Amino acid sequence: MTTVGPVVPPAPIRTAPPATRALRVAIIGNPNTGKSTLFNALTGLRQRVGNYAGVTVERAEGTYRRPDGSRALLIDLPGTYSLSANSPDEEVALGVLLGRDTDVAAPDVVVVVVDAQNLERNLFLASQILELGLPTVVALNQVDAARAAGITVDVPGLIYELGATVIPTIATRGEGLDHLTRAIDAVAGLPPAERRFTLPDAATAALAPVEARLRARGLAPSAAAMEALRLLGVSIADGHLADVDGLDLLVRDARLAVDAAGLDARSLEAEVRYGWIGDVVDRVCARTTTGGARSLSDRIDAIVLHRVGGPLIFLALMALVFQAIFSWAAPLMDGVERLVGGLGALVSGVLPEGDLQSLIVDGIIAGVGSVVVFLPQIAILFLFIGVLEDTGYMARAAFIMDRFMRGVGLHGRSFIPMLSGYACAVPAIMSARTIEQPKDRLATIMVLPLMSCSARLPVYTLLIGAFVPAVAVAGIFDLRGLTMLGMYLLGTLAALGMAAIFKRTLLKGPVRPLILELPPYRIPDPRSLAISVWNRCRMFLRRAGTVILALSIVLWALATFPRTEAAAAAATPEAVQEAQLANSYLGRIGHTIEPLVRPLGYDWKIGVSIAASFAAREVFVSTMGTIYGVGSDDSDAAALTERLRDERRDDGTPAYSTLTAISLMVFYVFALMCMSTIAITVRETGGGMVGVRWAALQFGYMLVLAYVAAWVVYRGGQALGFV
Amino acid sequence: MSRPLADLAPSESGRIVALEGAAGDMQRLRDMGLTRGARIEVLRVAPLGDPMELRVRGFVLSVRKHEAAGILVE
Repeated sequence: MTTVGPVVPPAPIRTAPPATRALRVAIIGNPNTGKSTLFNALTGLRQRVGNYAGVTVERAEGTYRRPDGSRALLIDLPGTYSLSANSPDEEVALGVLLGRDTDVAAPDVVVVVVDAQNLERNLFLASQILELGLPTVVALNQVDAARAAGITVDVPGLIYELGATVIPTIATRGEGLDHLTRAIDAVAGLPPAERRFTLPDAATAALAPVEARLRARGLAPSAAAMEALRLLGVSIADGHLADVDGLDLLVRDARLAVDAAGLDARSLEAEVRYGWIGDVVDRVCARTTTGGARSLSDRIDAIVLHRVGGPLIFLALMALVFQAIFSWAAPLMDGVERLVGGLGALVSGVLPEGDLQSLIVDGIIAGVGSVVVFLPQIAILFLFIGVLEDTGYMARAAFIMDRFMRGVGLHGRSFIPMLSGYACAVPAIMSARTIEQPKDRLATIMVLPLMSCSARLPVYTLLIGAFVPAVAVAGIFDLRGLTMLGMYLLGTLAALGMAAIFKRTLLKGPVRPLILELPPYRIPDPRSLAISVWNRCRMFLRRAGTVILALSIVLWALATFPRTEAAAAAATPEAVQEAQLANSYLGRIGHTIEPLVRPLGYDWKIGVSIAASFAAREVFVSTMGTIYGVGSDDSDAAALTERLRDERRDDGTPAYSTLTAISLMVFYVFALMCMSTIAITVRETGGGMVGVRWAALQFGYMLVLAYVAAWVVYRGGQALGFV
Repeated sequence: MSRPLADLAPSESGRIVALEGAAGDMQRLRDMGLTRGARIEVLRVAPLGDPMELRVRGFVLSVRKHEAAGILVE
């Protein structure tokens, strides 16, 4: 199967890359053809995959072992439909492929991944790449899914038609990879493929001057011919050809000449290339199903995208996610909490009483433990998002929501990053790269952190658990789950509202078209789901083990020192603890910032916790954990929720009310308290001073929103008679 | 007689005769296989009335009516 078609005309044999450095292999293809799955299968890495276009927005690199035992560098690129870039993620792909990136050398070998279910459209890009003349192997992927859909591809026939090596693969099961790696090693010694169709004579003549200019700049004849034809249909000059003198004028003249000959210059390439592809597909593809039979995906779409049923299913799915996060995670969270409490008791029993015991039990175990408790919720959230992505539902959600999103000046494509924003703003901001229009992309990035991410979950859960009663509403819902849903809705509405404001002011621009592929539904691969959930959990735990651990130690020290002599004189042990805490460095800092948060109904303990959580939101919970760990006499760490509920002011009234809790949650809905998000915004909005300005604007407007909204909730609630 | 794709009802289909619209958007659609002569079928319209779900060259694609208005079929 690794033979090459016999019709290839003699051409210069390319020299193999120098043996001094690793072979560089780039993977490219249409979106959602399984490039990342292939990359993972070859490298053993865990690159994120999903069933919608645009999961990979940056290049990912890994290595694999070649048949001769040496290692090759493999580069996974974002998907693209053609060599004409329309969006930043496509530019990344083409930049690497064409050696346009100054920091990356051009690849030695290209692997074009072609989806066997959809050969026709996939061959457009594949044939463009083959004509570039780089050593190229075609990986005919998802042959199993194609067979299941009744499509069989005649591989030797395809090899003959393309004049290139074609290897059938099933990346999800690792099949065909041996052949693929051997073909990659062999392809550099094979003659390059060339154009397999002919142009009308008038077009050939019209394009000759463009081709000559490109050849003069060093392009191989086949690549020059391909680029010249492609440029006829491109409106904006490509970056990699921008330095070719006078190219724009030559292309314009060629366009006029082609049009004058009665052809349409803009559509010439698509028409002749697809014309040829149509013939190839007729010859190599066999369909066993009758044309009229509706596919399974089609029948699912008839329900999921139904005029009435569709939106209902969408809302029910969203409600299910929140219900699951709150109710299903509870037993698991109790388990983790017991484990943390048990560990604290164990350490207290072993270590003598004193500063060391206090540091470990009150500082580290109480601080880190109070965050780790939320691991089950994070896992469930990412499991749901993973299932939505892998089945192909995400693209349907964008389809359903597009009309709604257009109301705020964005389009359905922005909806996918916004949904992933529920998990984490960092990957969500990166996935905004699939949005073609720069202003739409900026507006999406600016509002993304308003989507309640998983780091807010610990804050919501702690406060809801402590201050919202578990009352059934309308029989099936729980007031706590609904409160949670309310916070998510508030964030989502604020994001949409702010997007509308940005699109009408700073980022005014025309409404851009939506061109969105709806991939066939797929049953998620449990292994790849487990990997993606595990990766997220590991990230969360790593943060708990580093940032939160360090902050817990610092905060413990601030809460413990200096020792207070006066405290010894107090009457009860609780009063001793209180006096000590109030006099500590932390207490002094807290009292200094208290006037700032007093109007929102918060005391100094909350003030300090908010201040500490500007690094990462979940630090709020660990700080409260440390404060109440240090401030209590109990060594078998009672749950933080109970401590909050039992907290009293000096006059004996409860220190925190439901109203305080809601005002605090609202603050967290709006405030941008995450170093990682700020860093990624700076990078993705242009970097340097430009990026810093966008990030500062984002941080600033969100902080103002947070403060004002929390104030309105607290004061409004008071005015309405709530305490 | 040609008419805009946006006017087709669900499950109606036709052959593309012309693409008229902003050059950049149409280029993207052409690269995906929406060329003259290609058969295109309207599968359904989104619950909120826009966009449309189309089948062309064996895959399923979604575009808004605004763009579909520039795709003439017969």
